[in-house]
Amino acid sequence: MEVTIRIPTPLRTLTAGADEVVVAGETVGAALEALEAAHPGMRERLLDEKGVRRFINIYVGEEDVRFLDGLNTKLKAGDQVSIVPAIAGGAASL
Amino acid sequence: MILLRAKRIESVLQAVGNTPLVRLRCLTKNAPDIKVYAKLEFANPGGSVKDRAASRMMTDALADGRLTRDKILIDSTSGNTGVAYSLFGAALGVKVRLVMPSNVSRARKDIARAFGTEITYSDPMEGSDGAIHLVRKLVSENPDQYFYPDQYSNPSNPLAHYEGTGNEILDCLGDELTHFVAGLGTTGTMMGTARRLKEHHRPIRCIAVEPDDALHGLEGLKHLPSSLVPAIYDPLRADETVRVSTEDGWDMADALAREEGLHVGHSSGANVFAAIRVAEQLQREKRSGCVVAIVCDRGDRYFAPLKWEKRYIW
Repeated sequence: MEVTIRIPTPLRTLTAGADEVVVAGETVGAALEALEAAHPGMRERLLDEKGVRRFINIYVGEEDVRFLDGLNTKLKAGDQVSIVPAIAGGAASL
Repeated sequence: MILLRAKRIESVLQAVGNTPLVRLRCLTKNAPDIKVYAKLEFANPGGSVKDRAASRMMTDALADGRLTRDKILIDSTSGNTGVAYSLFGAALGVKVRLVMPSNVSRARKDIARAFGTEITYSDPMEGSDGAIHLVRKLVSENPDQYFYPDQYSNPSNPLAHYEGTGNEILDCLGDELTHFVAGLGTTGTMMGTARRLKEHHRPIRCIAVEPDDALHGLEGLKHLPSSLVPAIYDPLRADETVRVSTEDGWDMADALAREEGLHVGHSSGANVFAAIRVAEQLQREKRSGCVVAIVCDRGDRYFAPLKWEKRYIW
């Protein structure tokens, strides 16, 4: 099934500037693997040996996957997955 | 015992600077012969190193007429700089308006409002870029009404560190000082302090700290290779750049709290991580040394849950 992954500004160098990428995946983990296959370099920036890196938040819709089933969180067609670094402000990138 | 004299001051502006240097003794076990000091910028009245640049940009602009009591200081920050503008705006009788996305945390709104700052909300879907765009639009529509400090290109920002931070460190340590470590955000701390330290008659090595990747969680620091470079930045000021991972910065912030009693923000963790690495290298080479790292703010500024800031994409 297809879901949309929202890409934060610092990762758009890997997606040729695209702010959203549509991938197929039954779970958050599978969707991220599909994202890695399409745009190599994503995995090492988002995941470590324990799962999602501590400063990365991944949301399905409005919910942080840490409070769902983590990378095993099931997805349904049309879900929106957001990748958001735990940081606010401090940079003017314009 | 050294007795510090309590000071009597006329305005909260005079409480900016002269922050203490505290020796780190527990985290430096692998470098016992090297002195490592943290300069505690959270001792500033607004709780961060940003008090120096903000107060200096405001007082300089008031002195030369760019800022008057009829104008409104406007900027697009919800972080430490916003707290500093709000605090000194109240103290100086200057109106302050901060633009931030409507979904930033309640704590960040409340701290600015406590000083009477007016908050204008920008589109939450557009993140901090949207806030910057809205500031520029408001200023271009009414250029005479606003003073836009623009800390990334305002020379008063590094000047605050040239005259303040740099001199304070030399006053305390003089010829002992061998290394200075500070993170790059606006780059004002490194630009101004390094310029002063390079005037000293003995060489002092200045080490800049950057996140190791564009995607990072070291709030306040800038990954310069993927960012627009601030106008005040001169790449030749620092002798060396150390790239620190978010995990190393976060872990060091935790260690500083648990082992040194210093609960600091993540960018401070990154600075101290780099400083200790320098000290350990000096120890291995059997050299002597004295390293100062900037501690930018306290960790409790980051307690606010980030859940509702999730669309605040910088």
